[in-house]
Amino acid sequence: MSALVVVAAGPLSTLQDAGRFGWQRFGVSPAGAMDAVAYAAANALAGNAPDVAAIEITLTGDTYEVEAESVRIAVAAAAAIVVDGVPAVGWRSFTLRRRQRLVIGPVTHGTRGYVAVAGGFAVEPQLGSRSVHARTGVGGAPLKAGDGLPLARARAPDAPDVKLDGLALPYVPLPIRVVLGPQDDHFTARGIEAFLGGEYRVSAAADRMGYRLEGPEIEHAAGFDTISDGIVFGSIQVPGTRRPIVLMADRQTSGGYPKIATVASASLPTFAQLKPGDALRFAAVAPAEARELLRRQRAALARLAPTPACRDPRDLSSEALLASNLIDGVVGPYD
Amino acid sequence: MPADFRIRPAGDSALVVEFEERIDPALSARVLALEAALTADPPPGVRETLPTYRSLLVRFDPLDPGAEVLEATLASRAAVARGAANPGRLWRIPCAYGGAHGEDLEGVARAKSLTTDEVVRIHATTPWHVYMIGFAPGATYLGKLDARLHLPRRANPRARVPAGSVPIAGQQGLIMSIAMPSGWHLLGQTPVRLFEPRRAEPFLLAPGDRVRFEPISAAEYDRLDRLAERGEVVAEVTA
Repeated sequence: MSALVVVAAGPLSTLQDAGRFGWQRFGVSPAGAMDAVAYAAANALAGNAPDVAAIEITLTGDTYEVEAESVRIAVAAAAAIVVDGVPAVGWRSFTLRRRQRLVIGPVTHGTRGYVAVAGGFAVEPQLGSRSVHARTGVGGAPLKAGDGLPLARARAPDAPDVKLDGLALPYVPLPIRVVLGPQDDHFTARGIEAFLGGEYRVSAAADRMGYRLEGPEIEHAAGFDTISDGIVFGSIQVPGTRRPIVLMADRQTSGGYPKIATVASASLPTFAQLKPGDALRFAAVAPAEARELLRRQRAALARLAPTPACRDPRDLSSEALLASNLIDGVVGPYD
Repeated sequence: MPADFRIRPAGDSALVVEFEERIDPALSARVLALEAALTADPPPGVRETLPTYRSLLVRFDPLDPGAEVLEATLASRAAVARGAANPGRLWRIPCAYGGAHGEDLEGVARAKSLTTDEVVRIHATTPWHVYMIGFAPGATYLGKLDARLHLPRRANPRARVPAGSVPIAGQQGLIMSIAMPSGWHLLGQTPVRLFEPRRAEPFLLAPGDRVRFEPISAAEYDRLDRLAERGEVVAEVTA
């Protein structure tokens, strides 16, 4: 069977798609890609439909070896990459042949990235999704050395490799937009002011389940215990520490701390790329405004049009060189 | 009549219909009646509902044109949502109390000046209502615990409590579905698999169901556990 073999795994690499929805009333966390923008870019680079499962890498990527005639691997991340011994850059696809290796080193911008293969991985969905929720084991486990991910396609598409401009993706810039509520009335006016006026930093406790933030204290109006209720991607709860916790893709489905606000869907990709020590501010928007931001972001993602990549994996990113045909004859060792 | 509920945004893709802030079977019934009404006749854009003790989270497609009018639709539906005429299924759940299956049974009995038999009898004769399934897949939150067994959580949570544990804390009961950390008091353990991904219906219980625990011996636990391991459902619906 055709497979992508994991020779060495990064600290947290998991298969993710758009998430496992429809089972939250039974306590199942949706999981899913933390950064919907980079995830969409990975599938666009691979020539896939937008909801095909990809590998989400965290801080450092994996090393893969091809056990197939050939495979097209798309790397949606700014990362140090080595393709069969040759250094390369991210935000492009690489067509590799049997036993060739792709090494994805440290992510150089942001926290995580996505690795998609043309045609997708032939992994059985669980409860309708291929997303891995590591804490409960629903959907599987994080990648480890020796794993073989079955490929749906036995060989790469014939078309040339493609690239995207990673700096031109539709991320909503800081501040992080939030919709106040559902329990903003559990906080004093001073508490809301501190939350919206202050600068926060991502603490060391930041993972797929949630990001604990450091910064100004947020004052509760009357205690911090509420009756457990539903949690969504981006719910911002404030426990007794008076510091916010932003709940992320692997969140629990319900919880009992008051939720002051919710991160706007269009700002979640930006937030998910923050790492410990990064500073941020919040800005309140109305729900309809948040939806308009999302509408524009989704439209921009639907328009993503990867362009042919230079055949040298180092991708000198000089369109002038390519245009003048100076390097067109350079053939990468994987080519 | 002023509304006795409120609707608040949980971001741009969900609304929360909150009834009063207390744990009460009547409020739970309203939450579930609203959910049933939305399931039977879903307003445009609605994707998923998540009932909890006294609120219903309604997730919708934020780009659906229905999103901008959903709040008004939910308000009119919530105003007429009343408790279901048909109570939920009544489940008989076997439970081995005490010993290795319920390490805190003796401690709870001591703390409440009861015998262990009395604690078991109170727990097993309580007509439990399933308020919510949450925190972990299939983890079932039950109420209302008999006042004679009310206790705060343990000072030191355990790092890992086995699947099937049947603990109590505060006014609540719980059936754990997977191994997880917990500060609740362990009274017993059920061999029933609340979450079995191999089953066509992966989840046994649903919000609104009712539960009675049936005390079983450790030997009976082992027998039923072997059946459950093979995929058999060792709980039954009695009403």
